[in-house]
Amino acid sequence: MQQTRSVEIGTGLFVLLGMSALFFLTTQTTGGEKFSAVETYEVEAHFENIGSLKSRAPVAMSGVTIGRVTSVSFDPLTLDAKVMLVIDSQYDQIPDDSDASILTSGLLGSQYIGLQAGGSETYLEDGSEIYFTQSAIVLENLIGKFLVNAGSGGD
Amino acid sequence: MRALIRDTYDTVHEFVRTFGAFQLFFLRLLRHSPRIVMRRPGLVVTQIYNSGALSLVIIMVCGFFVGGVLGLQGYSNLARFNAEDSVGAVVALALLKELGPVITALLFAGRAGTALSSEIGLMKATDQLSAMEMMAVNPVRRILVPRFLGGVVAMPFLVAIFTCIGLFGAHIVSVDLLGVDVGAFWQQMQASVDINDVREGVIKSFVFGVVVSLLAVWEGYNAIPTAEGVGRATTRTVVISAIAVLILDFMITAVML
Repeated sequence: MQQTRSVEIGTGLFVLLGMSALFFLTTQTTGGEKFSAVETYEVEAHFENIGSLKSRAPVAMSGVTIGRVTSVSFDPLTLDAKVMLVIDSQYDQIPDDSDASILTSGLLGSQYIGLQAGGSETYLEDGSEIYFTQSAIVLENLIGKFLVNAGSGGD
Repeated sequence: MRALIRDTYDTVHEFVRTFGAFQLFFLRLLRHSPRIVMRRPGLVVTQIYNSGALSLVIIMVCGFFVGGVLGLQGYSNLARFNAEDSVGAVVALALLKELGPVITALLFAGRAGTALSSEIGLMKATDQLSAMEMMAVNPVRRILVPRFLGGVVAMPFLVAIFTCIGLFGAHIVSVDLLGVDVGAFWQQMQASVDINDVREGVIKSFVFGVVVSLLAVWEGYNAIPTAEGVGRATTRTVVISAIAVLILDFMITAVML
């Protein structure tokens, strides 16, 4: 009897330890999605070039994550990239003339969308579109431009 | 020439037959599993204790040093590119996706797999399994299924513990001893590890748990009932488990990429 008790306690401790280890791994090592708002609204933005922006990338305002990208697709009518993003309903007073730009966290980090507040009296709401957008800075284009400039500057 | 062809044919034939018997054996264990879990959960708990809790020491010690050496190697090699801050990301990805499941499976085969097959083999050699059949007790259900299920349950937990301890070891080596910034260590890790990486490790650990436990039980059950046969079955458990784990690891990684 004593022996089965200690086996049961040992097994219980082992399983608890294993579960807490799994919990630690899923919550602490992965940083990805801190954003998990229940109530959101969806807005649309068109970019000339999205670089390597992916769905689930964060949408940040002043560096604080307030939403995320839900889909990235090519719009055949306007011939540019259409990005859908959801924003936490808690932030429902973002001016509708705010501009969205694709930024990179760190030198070679992942890309995210940064919103810069505008001055309009009307706010973004479900289904509205952000008109002012700035494309991602693509490193290759930048180097290309630099080389062209350096070449012409030398003459 | 004819003899050679016949030998080759016999070998292939025997291999395919064994492989098929192995699959049927797996299905047989699965068929008996729900009843054992429902009616005799105590048997499974005892085996989780034997395979899991008793393997904790070796798993934790090895995990600590594997993590530590990853931290050391990661630091000294990344420092050449002035990227030693990324050591957290490197260690976490390596442990979660590859080293955690694979090394734990190899250790598990050595610690718990051999124990299972020698125990079952010895039961067979001393006619305990036949005695059970005489008493109308199905040895597959009473002996093999709980041991198999115990290993399957224990493996994912062991892998998770191994990985956590490994991270802890890497943290001690790179942050406390080598002076990597603690914030950079965790932030770089969290920025590059995705929930899918954790999922890949969990899937691998589950598959390896099934394979290693199944092989151990199979080898024990089919051991030649002599002292030498039991010894050979134990060796085969470790050898075949190691090969199977490494091949499956490659296949799962290829599928999940």
